[in-house]
Amino acid sequence: MNRYEVFLRDAARRRPAHEAIVHADGRTSYAELDALVDRCAVGLIQRAGLRNGERCVLFLDNRLETAVGIFATLRAGGVFSVINPTTKTDKLAYVLNNCEASVLVTQASLLAAALAAVEQSPSVRHVVVVGSPGTHVHAGNASVCTWSDFIASESPASSPAPVGIDIDLAMLVYTSGSTGHPKGVMMTHKNIAHAAASITTYLESHEDDVVLSVLPLAFDYGLYQLLMCVKVGATLVLEKSFAFPQKILPLLASERVTGFPLVPTMAALIVQLRNFNPDWAASVRYLTNTAAALPPAHILRLQEMFPAARVYSMYGMTESKRCTWLPPDQLAKRPDSVGIAIPGTEVWVADDDGKPVAANVIGELVVRGGHVMQGYWRNEEATARTLRPGRYPWEKVLHTGDLFRMDEEGYLYFVGRKDDIIKSRGEKVSPKEIENVLYALPGIKEAAIVGVPDDVLGSALKAIIVIAEDVQIEVRDIIAHCRAHLEDFMIPREVEFRSALPKTGTGKIRRAALQAEAEGRELPADDS
Amino acid sequence: MQTIQTRIRDFINETFPSTTAEEIPADQSLFDTGIIDSIGVLTLVTWIEQEFEIVVDDDDVVPENLDSIGQLTRYVHEKRTAAGLAP
Repeated sequence: MNRYEVFLRDAARRRPAHEAIVHADGRTSYAELDALVDRCAVGLIQRAGLRNGERCVLFLDNRLETAVGIFATLRAGGVFSVINPTTKTDKLAYVLNNCEASVLVTQASLLAAALAAVEQSPSVRHVVVVGSPGTHVHAGNASVCTWSDFIASESPASSPAPVGIDIDLAMLVYTSGSTGHPKGVMMTHKNIAHAAASITTYLESHEDDVVLSVLPLAFDYGLYQLLMCVKVGATLVLEKSFAFPQKILPLLASERVTGFPLVPTMAALIVQLRNFNPDWAASVRYLTNTAAALPPAHILRLQEMFPAARVYSMYGMTESKRCTWLPPDQLAKRPDSVGIAIPGTEVWVADDDGKPVAANVIGELVVRGGHVMQGYWRNEEATARTLRPGRYPWEKVLHTGDLFRMDEEGYLYFVGRKDDIIKSRGEKVSPKEIENVLYALPGIKEAAIVGVPDDVLGSALKAIIVIAEDVQIEVRDIIAHCRAHLEDFMIPREVEFRSALPKTGTGKIRRAALQAEAEGRELPADDS
Repeated sequence: MQTIQTRIRDFINETFPSTTAEEIPADQSLFDTGIIDSIGVLTLVTWIEQEFEIVVDDDDVVPENLDSIGQLTRYVHEKRTAAGLAP
């Protein structure tokens, strides 16, 4: 019945000197983190005037200040949202306006995009910049200050009193929507606590765990590494990227890491390494994987490389954080299964009426439990499609839009998506969002994005383009345009020009036919 | 024949293009500035191996060798010299 920030206070009281976060600038204990959060919360309340329930957007990479901003926003009674640092101005402005953010925290290297977005976002009153913002900085009507000034107040004699209760909104996690605009998944403190309690139960997490995470804090899988470490009082080694495995993997040994969360793209890079040092793996007691299934060959190789580690295959979506997990002792028997419902929740494979189907019949996965979101922020239509009436009059269950089957023993297998969403590099990608950007480039007449199966990326994005007559556009122009407007994981890896795209009788582009072609499947007769 | 640096610069401009016309300084970090991301490293390493006929060891995939056009040029030069190839 506590708000989530209370877990930080408890951890700081239990073991104040225990390391909370190991980061680029050093090591921060729980007592130090707790004090920084207090000072930042005072800044939010007194300097930025953040009121109960107002939104604070954190446009930052994986760094200590992001963690401080998350817990300080909660302690100040606000709602936080972490935005991927590769997000470009237009989308950031969309998010700031969509959630009517009052405060934006960003960093000097992202300032140009951040300020341009704030110019278009009248709700933002205060911008806080980690690092030096330079001189003559203007951000619409918002005031701008540095992080060091913002948290300059002495730790308050008594900490800011908790503002609100556990059914208050705690965070918005923006996720790709099939319409092309991101949707803000609403999670209360109670939702987060339920998901974190469930996951830390099956991972058997404890305060002596050390978790190494390179996953973005803007991605719920990365965010929960922090949230769960704080819940149990464990240590998080926070890194920004897995671009250089040779820099990251030795940390497993030097930091005595016990938990290492992966996505399939990272696993593909690790199993290819020719110089993997067995010492790196010695302390790791578990590996987790989500976002997409690992190929069985990669599972076997990971088990050889990390002989002391249990490997957890999991499945989830932002709307309920995590849905299923495969107990590691089942991995050899059913390597392609994502398992059973996480503790304290229920899932079933449903027909079109939401009723459970028989074993091995394909249907939509439906999820029930305290981890299910409250809906999409100010998007009643999408909420009504996804959250539908449940067992009790007050209850909603989550219709995932993912097709599954369940075997005779109750284990689940992912079959495919009901909509067009593509999974690439572990992230959900909306083809529509990329196509909207492509159509903004003058001379593009038709565009379709498909996912091409790829060993490392899961699906590699391919743009199939028809250009208008008498127009000269090179692949380079298209990639440059995408890089200027889209996050890194949404930039097509390949561009193909065609003279026309297949259409339905009503003139709509048959993306499903193009997708089938990209996968080498037979073209569906009619996908209109 | 183009210099190693020119070939690297042309490849980066072509593969990781930007809408700005400014030339990338030889000492500018390609990763901190977002020109190349984690998957871009794979693309870059694969290209270097093919283009310059060298083997990039796992241990060599570190920012000290790959993070700027200048560092890449030095790295390729050293590897080709060590392999007895024309620099």
